[in-house]
Order: sequence, then structure tokens, then C-alpha cells
Amino acid sequence: MVESRLVRMILRVATAFVMAFLYLPLVVLGLYAFNESKLGAWPPTGLTLKWFGEAAANPAIQTAFINSLIAASCATLIALILGTLAALAVQRHNFFGKNAVSFLFVLPIALPGVITGIALQSTFKLFGVGLGLGTIVIAHATFCVVVAYNNIVARMRRLPRSPEEASADLGADALTTFRRITYPALRTALLSGGLLAFALSFDEVIVTLFAAGAGTKTIPVWIFNAMQRPNELPVVNVVALVLVGLSIIPVWIAQRVSGGEAARGGRY
Amino acid sequence: MTLIRRLVQWFSRRPRAALSAQLAGPFGWILLIYLGSLFVLLLHAFWVKDSFTGKVEPFVWTLEAFGQVLGNPVYLTIALRTILIATLVTLTDALLALPIAYYMSRVASPRTRAILLVGITMPLWASYLVKVYAWRTILQGNGLLSWLLGPLGIDGPGLSEIWSTWLVLSYLWLPYMILPIFAGLERIPNSLLEASVDLGGSAGMTFRRVILPQLLPALAAGSIFTFSLSLGDYIVPDLVSDAKFIGNVIYDNSALGNFPVAAAFSILPVVIMLIYLLLARRAGAFESL
Repeated sequence: MVESRLVRMILRVATAFVMAFLYLPLVVLGLYAFNESKLGAWPPTGLTLKWFGEAAANPAIQTAFINSLIAASCATLIALILGTLAALAVQRHNFFGKNAVSFLFVLPIALPGVITGIALQSTFKLFGVGLGLGTIVIAHATFCVVVAYNNIVARMRRLPRSPEEASADLGADALTTFRRITYPALRTALLSGGLLAFALSFDEVIVTLFAAGAGTKTIPVWIFNAMQRPNELPVVNVVALVLVGLSIIPVWIAQRVSGGEAARGGRY
Repeated sequence: MTLIRRLVQWFSRRPRAALSAQLAGPFGWILLIYLGSLFVLLLHAFWVKDSFTGKVEPFVWTLEAFGQVLGNPVYLTIALRTILIATLVTLTDALLALPIAYYMSRVASPRTRAILLVGITMPLWASYLVKVYAWRTILQGNGLLSWLLGPLGIDGPGLSEIWSTWLVLSYLWLPYMILPIFAGLERIPNSLLEASVDLGGSAGMTFRRVILPQLLPALAAGSIFTFSLSLGDYIVPDLVSDAKFIGNVIYDNSALGNFPVAAAFSILPVVIMLIYLLLARRAGAFESL
């Protein structure tokens, strides 16, 4: 321990401050969901559960929720398949342009989402592709592939080749080796990559607003629109709190699977 | 199953063919859909919207959109404002992330460290829009912040000033800065710090001359997120302030069907990000991503 007592004190206070900053909005949100008043003024006037009932009975929210589930499931499936293939190609082979390829695979998450959004929208319009759930899936899969790939390739980098070679030496064919050796070793990386991709897609709004068109709403798009109508705010508070609650599920699964590493994209 | 087995068997004896088959899907997707649409976007910058029909005329080449972008001084102000705030957000997050990451890595007990790691990861998984919305309720005229500042006679930034955008963006991207810095600190061996202190280095000097240089890749990696995500955001500026960002110009123009102007203006953030990525790669950021 090289830090002086004073330095440790300061670090402790700074840490407490940052954690309070990170959780303040979530706590405020939690309080507002139970707020009796329709007006969003602080402090809340009384406690009620009535907005939960209203939110659950709202057909627009139900449709948006189902749309979000469909879009996130499809995007995650595409992302896992393509991400695994890309990781196998980059990790198991040497080829010309491999570095350029890995740079290419950073772009969809490194370039601003607004660029991805406008690029896809202008292309869909040019080719006469109708905007809807299909275009949302295409847009989401594009950045979900990158997330899945990052998770899987990070795992493969750490995997020794010897078990696969032993399997082949012992007479297993390529499919058996993949099924019995490679896949089990990758399983938790696939799970965490899939969770991350699903959560990203489920929450995405920046690209989605471009890809969704006028008729199709996902949960974030619904919130975005409802937020600008004052009399819907109590219901928005409830949906927002439920979404925060739901986000505990993937963190919990990731924690069970890999001691939390998976929740941070398998990297930290 | 036997068909799949025979297919896999066939590929396993032909590594080149296997490579092509593995690459075809993912790279076809990224090349065709992602880079392809970026290229279509670039083409749009050289086309024009017919003022009579309101439709974009494809393959009629003109530099008119660039003229409209460059001829409008408001766009320059918006561009400078966006870059300035993205830079400020990056600096703010680095300043907030350093002490907590340092505390986690060198002072906290393993148990506290584990709790803090989960605590920092959790908000990352909470919906982006929900967090922006929560800040809106805090910042609004009759919200928590005014309620706290009111008795002190201070006005909050409300939902109109640029400082709200700075605050909310700093909040949103903070975990993306803490995690790589924490990982970077974990990689610095304790002996280096002890050696610095043994040789008479003060705490400040040890930080500047030993820790900071080793942390550069991690800082660069974190800053890719804080800078890029701030640079392209249009929802936060729209929802918590009146000051428009580059993203708002792009979004508003696309909503009007004015793709050529949106496309011409899009080139700016892409070029900035490409330069930023190349610089960050030089600083070793990609190994810390």
C-alpha cells in the first residue's frame, strides 16, 4: 500500500460521490413511478399503484413490447450466427487483409449511431424497401454482430488449440469436434454475447428511429413519443421503472455464469 | 444431420474454402449492408432534392448540398458546439473515472471491489432512453434540481441550456470510461509504484510519471466511447436542451426528406471519428477495448 491515509480518504469520498451520481436518476425514477400526482413536480405528493394498472392495460405499450421482443430475438440470432463465423475465420485462419477486417468490425459501434441510422434509411428509401420491423432487425443486427463477435473472439483468443487437435487425432470428425470441444468452450461467451446483443437491441433508439418508419413502434420509440405528451408521463414513469427492473435479469444471469465478467462484455 | 456432417467434413479438408464460407456471411453483411449503405449515403451528398416534387433525384450530380451546408453559418456553430461538448464530456468522465477506478483497483477490499464492479455495470444495462428521461424529470423547472438549488437562490440549467446536455452525456457514458481505466490500472504492477515511492517520488509525481503513461491506452479506449457517443447523439440535446447538435441537423433534415443535406453534413462526424480512431489505435486503444 503506497497511498497515504489522506489520499485513501479522498478516493473513498470520490467513489461515494460517483456511485451516488450513477444511481440518483434511477432512484428518482423509482419514486416517480409511484407518484400519485399527474404533474411531475418534485417532491411526489403521495404513493399509488394505479399507473401500473394503466400501463399494463395500454394496448400501444403491449404492441411496442412485443415488437421489441421480436426485433431483439431476431437481431440476436443473426448476430450470434454471423459473429461466431467471423470469430472462427479470424481466429483459426491467417489471411491477407485480416487487420483491415478487424478494423472494419469496430466501425459499426465506433461510428456514431446517427450515421448508421441515416445511411440505412437513405439506402432503404432508395431501393424502395418499406420501413418496419424487418428494417429494424437489419439495422440492429448490424451492430449486434459486432458485439457478439467481440465476445466470441475474446474467448477464442484464450482457448488453447490442443483439445481440438487431440479430438481430431483421436478420430473425431470436424462436426463432432465442434460439437463436443469447441462449442462447450464457447458456450458462456455465446450466452454473454447474446445477452449483450439482446439488451442493446431491446433498448436501442438512435438507429431505430431512422429504421422504424411511422407505423412500427418498439418500446424505446414508444417512450420517446409518449415523453412529449404530458398526460402520458405517469405511464412513462412506470414503463421506465419496469425496464430498469428488467435490466437486472441479464446482469444476474451474467453474474451466475461468469462472475460478472460477461456483463461487462467479457472484457473486464 | 449426415448432410451437415458431410458438408463440415468436406470443408475441414479444404481450409481455404472453409475460410471463404465462414467469411461470406458476416463480411457480406458488414460490407453490403453497412459499408454499402454508408456509400449510398455518400452518394446522396452529391444528389439534390427536387424543390418541386420534394423527392431526391438519384444520379443527378451536383455540389448543391455542400453549398447549402457550407453557406449556413448556423451549421458551423452547431459543429463547433458538438465537438466542444464531446471533448468536455470526455474530460469530465476521465476526471470522475480516475479516482473511483483507482480506489477499486488499489484500495478497496476484494469484496468491495466486486460490489462496486457490479454497481457500475448495472446502470450500463439500464435503458439509455430511460436514463435520459430520468434526467429530464430531475432537470425540469419544477424538478428535484430546482427544488434543491432554489433555497440557495441558484437557477438550474433547466431543459434549455447546453449544460444540461453536458451533464446528461457525462452521466450516460461514465461507466464506459471507468471500466477500461480500472482494467488498465489492474495491469500496472504494484512494484512499479513502490519503486517510484522508494526513489522519493511524491504521490503526484508517481501519478504523472508512472501511472498516467501506462494508462494512456485505457484512457484512449474509454474516450472512444465517450467522444463518439457524444458526437453522434441527437436525442439528449433534443430532450434536455434547446442547443442543437450535429445529429439534430442530420435527423431533422432526414425527417424533411432532405437526404442530400443530411448526407453532406454526415461526412463531418465520420471524418472526425476516423481520425480519432486512427489516433486512438496509435495510443494502443484497440488492445484495451
